[in-house]
Amino acid sequence: MSAPAPTAPPQRTGAAAAPTRVLRFRDVAKTFPDGTVALEGVDLDVHRGDFVTVVGPSGCGKSTLLRIASGLSPASAGLSEVDAQRIGYVFQDATLLPWRSVRKNVELLAELHGMSKTATAQAALDAIELVGLRGHEKKLPRALSGGMRMRASLARSLTLDPDLFLFDEPFGALDEITRERLNDELIRLFHAKGFGALFITHSVSEAVYLSTRVLVMSGRPGHIVDTFEVPFGADRTPELRFTPEFAALAGKVSHALREGHS
Amino acid sequence: MSAPADARPAVEEAAVSAPTTTLAAEQAATPGAPPVAARRRGRRLTDLLLPLGVFAALLGSWYAITYLVLDERRRFILPAPHTILTDALFDQPTMDKLLPALWRTVQVTFTGLAIAIVIGMVWAIAMSQARSVERALFPYAVALQCIPILALVPLIAFWFGYGFNSRVIVCVMISLFPIVSNTLFGMQSVDRSMHELFDLHSASRLTKLRKLQLPAAMPAIFAGFRISAGLSVVGAIVGDLFFKQGQAGLGILLSNYSSRLQGPELFLTIFVAAGLGFAVFAVFGWLGKVAVGRWYDQSRDAG
Ligand SMILES: Nc1ncnc2c1ncn2[C@@H]1O[C@H](COP(=O)(O)OP(=O)(O)O)[C@@H](O)[C@H]1O
Ligand SMILES: [Mg+2]
Repeated sequence: MSAPAPTAPPQRTGAAAAPTRVLRFRDVAKTFPDGTVALEGVDLDVHRGDFVTVVGPSGCGKSTLLRIASGLSPASAGLSEVDAQRIGYVFQDATLLPWRSVRKNVELLAELHGMSKTATAQAALDAIELVGLRGHEKKLPRALSGGMRMRASLARSLTLDPDLFLFDEPFGALDEITRERLNDELIRLFHAKGFGALFITHSVSEAVYLSTRVLVMSGRPGHIVDTFEVPFGADRTPELRFTPEFAALAGKVSHALREGHS
Repeated sequence: MSAPADARPAVEEAAVSAPTTTLAAEQAATPGAPPVAARRRGRRLTDLLLPLGVFAALLGSWYAITYLVLDERRRFILPAPHTILTDALFDQPTMDKLLPALWRTVQVTFTGLAIAIVIGMVWAIAMSQARSVERALFPYAVALQCIPILALVPLIAFWFGYGFNSRVIVCVMISLFPIVSNTLFGMQSVDRSMHELFDLHSASRLTKLRKLQLPAAMPAIFAGFRISAGLSVVGAIVGDLFFKQGQAGLGILLSNYSSRLQGPELFLTIFVAAGLGFAVFAVFGWLGKVAVGRWYDQSRDAG
């Protein structure tokens, strides 16, 4: 990948800056060697300041989509173009190294990118602060709850100050309260940093709550059957979930999801 | 740790407010320990008492056999326990032979084990780096495990003579397999998503090895060391028993005492050999705990 990340002070980068495109998919398809057609004709754009969520039934190729975007696995046809210096990737499980403390885990990626010791330590400190893990730096992952592990995982990616953030159902295994709290923190982070996000979930409510745009994927072979722009602004609070506007949009997304599934 | 009395109210308080803050509930989980600790202390006591009871029973039956079953002329087969102390342990000439023999066996054991650790880990690391290397080399590890090493001992003597080197070779061959298989198994147990995390950030093979695979394999590696350490003692004594020549280790003493019908000396030597086996096992168990106990829950092995 690209040059070592410069030190990343956790300042507002200003989401108002001219939106640069960080991810572009054109007619992307994926067929696995065993003949499974996972994706077909996927078009997609993510700019900085976009929070794009993909909802779809399980097994429709959502993870495959992210794996192609991140370069972990090649597309079998079509064009996938990443225009980001640094990519953050948050997996469904926190993938923390059990022998490293929270701080050491958060430092891992900066370490892999060859950042200097002091820059690494500073970036980790800032990221830990940002996700609310102050005071837990010395703990081992096994002493953390699921939600705290996910925060640590998030902080680890934040140290690189990524332009493009990929999330593969990161909160799927958490209880609802923790999940909603992390949703709020993610929105806060997104507005503070202004990265472009591609977020996978199977929860319609989570999709609508988080995003600026929701893409609905059909069952296998996965392709995007519907797109919804989300009109809510940056100041989203948990109460939003109980407004008629929210319910109406969530209803439409659910409907599209059922249509695509059948 | 504070006294249990201090900790309890904190637990109750947290339990009341738990629904609002998951964090408080989590932190409260630790002070909740006292009853568990008390139960554990109780278990530790029975852990001590039960084996002691068995020991007393064994000692009793031993005396019974020596004095009630065997007639006087045949008592050397199973000399009474106290004669092992009086005739062997407190007998200067016996100890003058036993201690140097123990030292030589210790040297063979640890030299063999050290070589087995180096060869075994290099072998396993090589196999972990490419499927093709694994396919090429793993059958030999299995072969090593399947061939009765004792059948090779005469050949080893034939090639390498009857001295220190041959004894060490037997040790290495006997203790190699657990190190190879455990190291390889440990390195291969790393989750795919962990590998992908490192791949995403273009980590080199060496970085992955150092920061991911080897640390992840440490619990398995230390379990392998522990098994191999015990086997290495076996190797040292078996080698000694067979080669006979050269400076005597415990194996040669065992064989001599047995052929000269020196019961108490024979039994003392057996106990010393057993003690050596137990000691190396315990040392490596302790080392493993120091190395990975902080993050690795060993009860998962036992369970
Ligand atoms: N390496 C692979 N080889 C063959 N089939 C695969 C492979 N990876 C995933 N698949 C299949 O592709 C489909 C999409 O998988 P995935 O992207 O993981 O779905 P999702 O994340 O939406 O649940 C599934 O049917 C899955 O079984
Ligand atoms: Mg998936």
